[in-house]
Amino acid sequence: MKIVIIKYNAGNIQSVLYALERIGVHAIVTADHEEIITADKVIFPGVGEASSAMNSLKENNLDQIIKSLKQPVLGICVGMQLLCKYSEENNTECLGVFDEPVKKFESTVDKIPQIGWNNIYDLRSALMKDILENSYCYFVHSYYVPMNAHAIATTDYVQPYASAIHKNNFYGVQFHTEKSAVVGERILKNFIEII
Amino acid sequence: MLTKRIIPCLDIKDGRTVKGTNFVDLRDAGDPVELGAFYAQQGADELVFLDITATVEKRKTLSELVKRIARQINIPFTVGGGVSSIDDASLLLKNGADKVSINTAAYKNPQLIKELANEFGSQFVVLAIDTKLEADGEWYVYLNGGRIKTETKCFDWAKKAVELGAGEILLTSMNHDGTKQGFAIDITKRLSESLAVPVIASGGGGTMEHFADVFRNGKADAALAASIFHFKEVAIPDLKRYLHEQKIEVRI
Repeated sequence: MKIVIIKYNAGNIQSVLYALERIGVHAIVTADHEEIITADKVIFPGVGEASSAMNSLKENNLDQIIKSLKQPVLGICVGMQLLCKYSEENNTECLGVFDEPVKKFESTVDKIPQIGWNNIYDLRSALMKDILENSYCYFVHSYYVPMNAHAIATTDYVQPYASAIHKNNFYGVQFHTEKSAVVGERILKNFIEII
Repeated sequence: MLTKRIIPCLDIKDGRTVKGTNFVDLRDAGDPVELGAFYAQQGADELVFLDITATVEKRKTLSELVKRIARQINIPFTVGGGVSSIDDASLLLKNGADKVSINTAAYKNPQLIKELANEFGSQFVVLAIDTKLEADGEWYVYLNGGRIKTETKCFDWAKKAVELGAGEILLTSMNHDGTKQGFAIDITKRLSESLAVPVIASGGGGTMEHFADVFRNGKADAALAASIFHFKEVAIPDLKRYLHEQKIEVRI
């Protein structure tokens, strides 16, 4: 099986590669269109700011490539947010695979960004296979995807929001699977095993 | 709910853990990777590695160590000790560190915080402050591992650092550090309630009750300790269970 991690200016590429290594999965990190299109699974990581991430994708025409992919694609953190329609982070037009907005947390009580371990619940889809309700995952983010019909996990911070989404061959997780201990490794494994 | 975090801290010199440990069940407790993996498996929420190496080979040994840690450990970790430039931080990030902690270099050049936050995001930048309560009733910032006193008040520096882009504050009370008599509740609470970013309390944790106290009364988002974990005076699974019983949200 050929697993590709999309190479662009995302900060967590190395960590995702190592996490896959820990579950015995070999992956290649590349921005090469042909390599990405012919992969069995594509992982779209992300740490950083939305507009510069989108610009980095556009420079290499990766925005068009990602949208057109037919194999399972997993967006992680900012990767998930970029799969959405629009982000309030510097008013960024995103890829629009999901017709949802990405909004900024607004709170006078809770600290922003959310940093740390939080529960995921109302779990659905093969991505969440054998993951227990209310498992803990590691989050670092100031922007979130509101609840919507594509949610396959929910998390409460400021308000309940969609912490994982799924539509057709596209999956997104707001938390860092690569840093979420055994739960995260299991979710990565589930993604690799999705048919 | 977002949980309170428990963070063991490992001091590193020349690629080895410095403070002695009594982990008889580990093959090599002097290996930071093995010890870190043990803590991760015990339920630590994050790890902090503080490098105190002073040799010229420091950058190379540390980046190699960071790579080994990132490969083997499945929870987030922070690396600190002598990070004083974008290049230092970039090298650590490239090798897999999730965050860097900066201290004296940031005080001497506050723009470093801004540059790091702009380049890598605020979530990458942990500002460490060593602070001491003086006879005048004020908490002052100390530099160089607590050897040099400044006239800057802890609260003012923390506030400024957050404005510049620090994503978390790692607050060590020198009055409490090493005493095992409990964390500095007042200054932790003041910072945590006033700042928009998480505060990690450090210094003084000796019993499980001290952790409950700093979370409940000190409003800390995370608590860091070293020797009590290394010497098994407090085991992380027991600590987590205790906090859970105390109705403090933790990851179990």
